[in-house]
Amino acid sequence: MAYEVVIGLEVHAQLLTQSKMFCACGTKFGLPANSQTCPICLGMPGTLPVINKKAIEMAVRTGLALQCRIGEQSRFARKNYFYPDLPKGYQISQYEAPICEHGSVEVEVGQAKRPVRIRRAHLEEDAGKNIHEAGANGSRVDLNRAGTPLLEIVTEPDMRSADEVVAYLKMLREILMYLEVCDGNMEEGSLRCEPNLSLRPVGQKEFGTKVELKNINSFKFVKEAIEYEIKRQTKVLNEGGKIAQETRLWDSDKGETATMRSKEEAHDYRYFPDPDLVPLSLASEWIDDLRKTLPELPAVRQRRFVGEYGLPDYDAGVLTGSKALADYFEACVRLFPQPKTVSNWVMGELLRELNQAGLSAAASPVSPERLVSLLQLVEKGTVSLKVAREIFPELYASGKAPEEIVKAKGLTQVSDEGSLAKIIDEVIAKNQAQAEQYKGGKEAVLGFLVGQVMKSSGGKANPGKVNELLKKKLAG
Amino acid sequence: MSLYKLTLRELQEKFTKGEVTACEIVQAYTLRLNQLEPKVRAYITLTKEAALAQAEALDEKLKGWRRTMALMGMPVAVKDNICTQGVLTTCASRMLSNFVPPYDASVIARLRGQSYLLLGKTNLDEFAMGSSTENSAFGPSRNPWNLSRVPGGSSGGSAAAVAADLCAAALGSDTGGSIRQPAACCGVVGLKPTYGRVSRFGLVAFASSLDQIGPITKDVADAAMLLGVIAGHDPLDSTSANLPVPDYAKALKKKDFKKLKVGVPREYFAEGLDPEVEQAVQAAIEEIKQLGGEIKEIALPRTDAAIATYYLIATAEASSNLARYDGVKYGLRSKETGNLLDMYMKTRQEGFGPEVKRRIMLGTYALSAGYYDAFYGKAQAVRTLIRQDFEAAFREVDLIVTPVTPTPAFKLGEKSEDPLQMYLSDIYTISVNLAGNPAIAVPCGFSKDGLPIGLQIIGRPFEEETLLRGAHAYEQATNWRTKRPNIR
Repeated sequence: MAYEVVIGLEVHAQLLTQSKMFCACGTKFGLPANSQTCPICLGMPGTLPVINKKAIEMAVRTGLALQCRIGEQSRFARKNYFYPDLPKGYQISQYEAPICEHGSVEVEVGQAKRPVRIRRAHLEEDAGKNIHEAGANGSRVDLNRAGTPLLEIVTEPDMRSADEVVAYLKMLREILMYLEVCDGNMEEGSLRCEPNLSLRPVGQKEFGTKVELKNINSFKFVKEAIEYEIKRQTKVLNEGGKIAQETRLWDSDKGETATMRSKEEAHDYRYFPDPDLVPLSLASEWIDDLRKTLPELPAVRQRRFVGEYGLPDYDAGVLTGSKALADYFEACVRLFPQPKTVSNWVMGELLRELNQAGLSAAASPVSPERLVSLLQLVEKGTVSLKVAREIFPELYASGKAPEEIVKAKGLTQVSDEGSLAKIIDEVIAKNQAQAEQYKGGKEAVLGFLVGQVMKSSGGKANPGKVNELLKKKLAG
Repeated sequence: MSLYKLTLRELQEKFTKGEVTACEIVQAYTLRLNQLEPKVRAYITLTKEAALAQAEALDEKLKGWRRTMALMGMPVAVKDNICTQGVLTTCASRMLSNFVPPYDASVIARLRGQSYLLLGKTNLDEFAMGSSTENSAFGPSRNPWNLSRVPGGSSGGSAAAVAADLCAAALGSDTGGSIRQPAACCGVVGLKPTYGRVSRFGLVAFASSLDQIGPITKDVADAAMLLGVIAGHDPLDSTSANLPVPDYAKALKKKDFKKLKVGVPREYFAEGLDPEVEQAVQAAIEEIKQLGGEIKEIALPRTDAAIATYYLIATAEASSNLARYDGVKYGLRSKETGNLLDMYMKTRQEGFGPEVKRRIMLGTYALSAGYYDAFYGKAQAVRTLIRQDFEAAFREVDLIVTPVTPTPAFKLGEKSEDPLQMYLSDIYTISVNLAGNPAIAVPCGFSKDGLPIGLQIIGRPFEEETLLRGAHAYEQATNWRTKRPNIR
């Protein structure tokens, strides 16, 4: 039987606040265990949470970017469960009145565009980390991460393939990074995703039994895990079996999912409004002010790049893939208004080096000004395009000005007719046969002769000029 | 006159004038404590030595002159569920029998800012759950009026300490009557401020939406003075109200009830009220009338639902608040730990007493999937109705007067086998916590057995001034406060 897959996604985005969600501790990653803690995030008796305003701001800005309705009154709730990395025995989260609801983003797969509805986005605090070292006497707990603000973004079950999920996730990640509310790092866990999926016979309206997938920390694994799960469930159903409602863990080494806990083992979290925090009232004027701070979002910017700069869709997509890269591109175009030329350099030479170094365009050692002066050298004919491409890695590595490199290496293009005429005469003298062929009407030979001139000039001759002078010489 | 017999204000006046030193004050109380504390057992931890050292430093610093800060050099007792930096804070629980907080509660920071002297941490029912201090893991306190009686609870240690002159004043906490009921049982004054008037930061949570710290003192003016120090907004407690703190001493100037309408809720004088208590309270109402108060009968129709509502909301919150005692980070960890689940279960089995366990189970059940709406959800709805009862009543009257407890202090062991009977001791105080209003207990007479009886006066939210004015006027017109327990 043919089945249709129905997928929804929960994404946890770690917000880039300086301090934790409910106390003044820092949120830096990778510091000594338990050095970023205080009595509040350690859950010591009598301590109380106080809401981090910056986290609210980031959540509201994200909600606005995702077309959500912002709740003027939202509430924090306690999610109760026991675990050593959860110091209070409950997580402060949101349940009945989340800060953002009913949004939507448009996702593109191939040529097709499709809306994915956002059910809700709510704030919560992260847990700490349990550490189990081989040979150690017992386990340890590091609570540095406990209390870090997370925004949980939940979609409706609107996706129908692994590719759509990846496209949605990429789009969401771009938006979060554009807003500068999350660094989008999936490997380090600042962006975590948990798909839930079910199969149903094509044409059936009711959803099938839902399975949740956990432990997925890259785009590649999202696709692999979903595709594996579709195959597994199809097989079960085709063999007349039933899908169990459960949570399954993705094992990237084995490339398969395995049962983590069944529905029966699911926690009863006993959610109830947190009496330590009064309901959060957001003034509509404040929300409007935040709306004004929203940057141009990737999809809009991509459309503008096509319209304003006449770039192909592909170029516009790559350039707006990160805010830093798009900003870099526009800084260059302001100084050097030839968008397609700039785009070729940014997407080619620059991005190659940046990707190799794992750097963002914001951290590029070649500033837009430097790149533009290189392009201007080509434009003026001071260097050939070829030379310009060749020296780019040095420009990137050394941080020197392009003029300086060209001068130091004596790479300035030779365009003056006297010097070129001398080389041309030598080349014709050495290649009499070819010169005669050309004169006899075999024009294709000209390319060979131009090449010889370029070679003996060490690549510095201006190829246009050489062409012109050679033709004159041989015609005469 | 012995120093320990003085009120906080009298002692402060002597100290400010330089008639006594801080050291002399601590020494006087040390003698008193050595003599009576073994009988009363008001304290879990005594800090006499540290208080003496602080007193010496203070005297040295002050030399000849005196600054007028209300609590400077004053010996205060603090309920052992309020965190004191560097001083054991046990909540009368085995679970926290080794817990020394690295921080002060905000109220303690304020007292410390005035150079108060901490005499010790007082006994309570474990995690403030109870009405007699019999639920303390360290044994009950005794009522100074009759050592075979309970002092009430849960702030029984604080009330007993004030009544027996084992401190000049004390702090308690009140979730369902835990300041007012022991104050009434011990014949002293106990004030539960409006919810949000005093910061809860550092008060070990029992039921967060009901808990409030307040003073237990020898008279009303002392309560006004202590409230003035601890009240006010605290950025560390989101539920503390950002409102100015009035000068409560000023409120005490009018020594009458003129132009005040005083409501008497008929539901509070029904079945279960001890006739002696009823007589004393009726006499107090008559006195208030003589002082110019306009007495009106009023209705608080949802009174009968208050206990059930309270025991759902308070236990639900408690079940979550007490989840942090898991043996992982601080406090007790059972020695018998196999796997993680074992560690949790053994630690909590050994660490909590039976009443705490009972309430955690009740609260967990009330919040469970499938029961939430019927229990916790319904209780919240009824709580709103109870609050509306008070709002409606306070549109007609300025103050409400009721008994504090249905009976005078009962005998040790009398109710400890019957939790429901014990819960009924809070029947007149619990509604006030659900509604959030302020209320005060003042002595209004004695039973034939010589046990104190208390009058409860309830006010509008954040109108502690009117409450204190009324309580003070009544207190000054009577001389119940002059009678002291005959304990040697």
